Amino acid sequence: MLLEFKDLRVAYRGSRGRLPAVRGVDLTVDAGGTMGIAGESGCGKSTLAMAVLRLLPKSAEVSGEILLDGEDLLQMGWGRLRAVRWTGASIVFQGAMHSLNAVQRIGRQIAEPILVHEATTTPAAAARRAEALLERVGLPAARARSYPHELSGGQRQRVMIAMALACDPDLVIADEATTALDVMVQAQVLQLISSLVTERGVGLMMISHDLSVLSAVCDRAAVMYAGRIVEQGPAHEVFADARHPYSAALSAAFPVIGDPAARMNPGGLAGDPPDPVRLPEGCSFRPRCAVAVDRCGGESPELLAVPVRGSAGGAAEAPRVSACFVAQEGMPVVR
Amino acid sequence: MTATNTLSPRALRWARRRQSLTRSWAAYRSQKTGMWGLVLLGAIVVLAIAAPVLVDESALSVTQATGGRMAPPSAAYPLGTDETGRSILALTLWGSRLSLVIGLTATVVAIVIGTAVGITSGHIGGWYGWIALRLSDWFMVLPSLVVAIALLAVLGRSMATTITVIALVSWPGTTRLVRAQTLTVQSRPYLERAKALGAGHWHQMTKHLLPNVLPLVLASATLLVPSAILMESSLAWLGLGDPGVVSWGSILNRASENGAVSAHAWWYLLPPGLAILLVVLAFMMCGRALEAVFNPRLRGES
Amino acid sequence: MTDGPLPADGASPEAALGRGPVAGRAPGERRVSSGFGRYLLKHVSGAAVSLLLVLFSSFFIFRLIAGDPIDQLTKERPVSPEQRAAMRAELGLDQPLWQQFIDYLTGTLTMDLGESFQYRRPIFDLIVERLPATLLLSGTGMVLAVLLGFWIGTRSGWKQGSRFDRGHVATGLVLYSAPTFWLGMIVILIFARYLGLFPVNGMRSPSTPPDFWSQAVDIGHHLVLPVLTYTAVVYAGYLMIMRSSILDEIGSDYLTTARAKGLRDDEVRKKHAVPNALLPTVTLVFLALGSVVNGSIVTETVFSWPGLGTLFVNSIFYPDRPVLQALFVLFSSSTILAVLCAEILYWFIDPRIRRS
Repeated sequence: MLLEFKDLRVAYRGSRGRLPAVRGVDLTVDAGGTMGIAGESGCGKSTLAMAVLRLLPKSAEVSGEILLDGEDLLQMGWGRLRAVRWTGASIVFQGAMHSLNAVQRIGRQIAEPILVHEATTTPAAAARRAEALLERVGLPAARARSYPHELSGGQRQRVMIAMALACDPDLVIADEATTALDVMVQAQVLQLISSLVTERGVGLMMISHDLSVLSAVCDRAAVMYAGRIVEQGPAHEVFADARHPYSAALSAAFPVIGDPAARMNPGGLAGDPPDPVRLPEGCSFRPRCAVAVDRCGGESPELLAVPVRGSAGGAAEAPRVSACFVAQEGMPVVR
Repeated sequence: MTATNTLSPRALRWARRRQSLTRSWAAYRSQKTGMWGLVLLGAIVVLAIAAPVLVDESALSVTQATGGRMAPPSAAYPLGTDETGRSILALTLWGSRLSLVIGLTATVVAIVIGTAVGITSGHIGGWYGWIALRLSDWFMVLPSLVVAIALLAVLGRSMATTITVIALVSWPGTTRLVRAQTLTVQSRPYLERAKALGAGHWHQMTKHLLPNVLPLVLASATLLVPSAILMESSLAWLGLGDPGVVSWGSILNRASENGAVSAHAWWYLLPPGLAILLVVLAFMMCGRALEAVFNPRLRGES
Repeated sequence: MTDGPLPADGASPEAALGRGPVAGRAPGERRVSSGFGRYLLKHVSGAAVSLLLVLFSSFFIFRLIAGDPIDQLTKERPVSPEQRAAMRAELGLDQPLWQQFIDYLTGTLTMDLGESFQYRRPIFDLIVERLPATLLLSGTGMVLAVLLGFWIGTRSGWKQGSRFDRGHVATGLVLYSAPTFWLGMIVILIFARYLGLFPVNGMRSPSTPPDFWSQAVDIGHHLVLPVLTYTAVVYAGYLMIMRSSILDEIGSDYLTTARAKGLRDDEVRKKHAVPNALLPTVTLVFLALGSVVNGSIVTETVFSWPGLGTLFVNSIFYPDRPVLQALFVLFSSSTILAVLCAEILYWFIDPRIRRS
């Protein structure tokens, strides 16, 4: 197990009181494994990502455990944490125009973590490694002398990827890494991420609201809603054959080009995600659920294994889990 | 949407203005420095207005002075006396009136000119707008005290020339602000609608652009007044103020001309200067609070 | 007027940062594309126009508004009409106005600034004599004020709301509100009169031995109080500018990236936040030269420092019009040239401006 979240809870202290963003998440990512986290804005997935390296603002209250290679990141001293940052796990941020220093050359920014973490490396050596990384992500080494504003969106994202790999981390977290890109460029970048992950054997935790992105790159997927994981399992199964009404709705919201049933019939779910300060009783999805039963209003469902019809007997995959009473009974989650 | 009670457009406008005023006031009130600034300012203004009641004007007369020459504070003269025997307390109290009046008047004139130029330059645009902008930029670059001194040297010393000169060096700053805001407002749809309905330039500028620009101008004015007061006091201290009137700067001018520093007459030097400091500080505190009302990022600074 | 780099238009430094170097395009003018040559040409020609305007204004103020200088020159002695006519011819006042302006223009551009009424010496010589003293005072003061202001401002903004921050903002605000001349007088009262630690005024003591080191120490001794006064009033402005600039950077994503890479907090501040925050502030230092001039005039006068400022002020009451005129042009030109330097500097320090 490379990364393990144990009952992670994050709440923000704000002018409106205490806003719970993550309400008890248990999740594991194996070494070399690829885990996708799906969900709409505000479900807590970005908070989850930032919590790993303790990059949340001071107003955030964090409890639980985040174990990286067995070490609890939340309990680490600052010195140890800084050492682990980027070498143990690194992040590829979204919107690289603002995530990169506008007045520093690209090469320097990629080389910076190398120089921070490896005291014996000379600036020249670090610069050479930065250039090698640039070439690996498909950019000419000469680009090291460019400034961020001189590159296109796709090129900047490649730079972010190169930077994330600078210290050979065991885990890479991609937080909406392709969201701001055009579809064609997005496909190229995803391809790059995929090949790098396989080539270097790093673990990948990919956050996105775009299911197609996650299913292209990740083996496993987890769906988040209102700060909790509501479903988890092999990626293609979670998206093609959901076992939670929200996951089903999420998949249905993406039209399949060429499918006559999807024409003139946009999917989508009425209503909005719940206000974190005023969560409904029982299952937090209940107000928008089409298959809810009485039980759903009383207690909040736990993430439990669900029977999966039609799976080839004894397939050695990790069990499907879902936080839905209806699914746990083996009933269909769509009407 | 049908409303059971239909207000006239004018009533609606006023209701909206009252609402936004209440909101702004709440935002202003939340800042401690702003409130303290207001209190300080209020106290000073009250004292300035009440000066004739508190101290008889005869205390300013050189011929009727009865105190000792540059005497330190005593029971009869709490802040001591100047070189002619007048009470420093009386002088400082009376001086507040003029310093404030000159500062405020100059600011008002500067704002009127600056707003007029700003709105017309933004609204009419074209060559006029470009020239107006370049001119005001040029003006702003010049060192204000140098220009003021040069003008006063040739125009002579009086209250009118002082006010004029201060206004002249202060107006360009407002212009840029107003012009930027005008351009922003211009692009809004309701102005297009007004034009389509046949609103002429004058109507557009006074009924639409001006009200939108005024809040910004107010915030800017609050920071312009202390600037004007400081300038007036410097000019007066240099000897360029109206010779017949008493302002804080002129008191300090007489102080230095009569050797107050070498005579260790701290009571002569401290009060007028402190008064200037407090007034300027009060305005700055209010000004910063006002700016924070319009720029929420600056809130919570105090 | 402000004796500091805060804009005199009634905007706080927070608002001032929204403005870059002075620029403008005439309607219908084509968009200027990248290239240093074009950039330079545009701004140099702008500065040239501004300088021309300055010369025109000085002519306007000191010849047209001020009126006939002959009356003033002859006020102490009776002169016959022929002598008056002769004086007019000598000063070129019998020429048509536009000719006078041309003469004035050519004269100024060739450094022939005329003669002082008061000292009866070429003004150019007077200026050369007194320039070093002014540069010493305002140069030292400004450098100190910028360094102090920026150093405190960075740390203040980085820890917004802390005791350090609030204390320094309050102190700066109070000092900024004090009139420079008054502060100078108080400083003299305390340190020179009461405590006797420093000389009361002037730049030198006549009793100092003539060797270089004694002279240098003497000048330095005289320099302390004026610089102290000047810096005290001016540094707050730079503090607020830098603080505001850092505050603008604080929420930025690239700082989160830097932290994620494992940098310490002060490294994040120094290597990432400060360079970005420095960008607009560096040029603001140049753009604020007008207030440096203002402040130095007053400070020099309070301390009787033998620089251009005291010369300017002393010329007011004579009135020594040629000197006033020459110094008006000199002071104004220096600020215009400072703006030009700011614009040129901006090209080199901000990589983003180099693209069209």
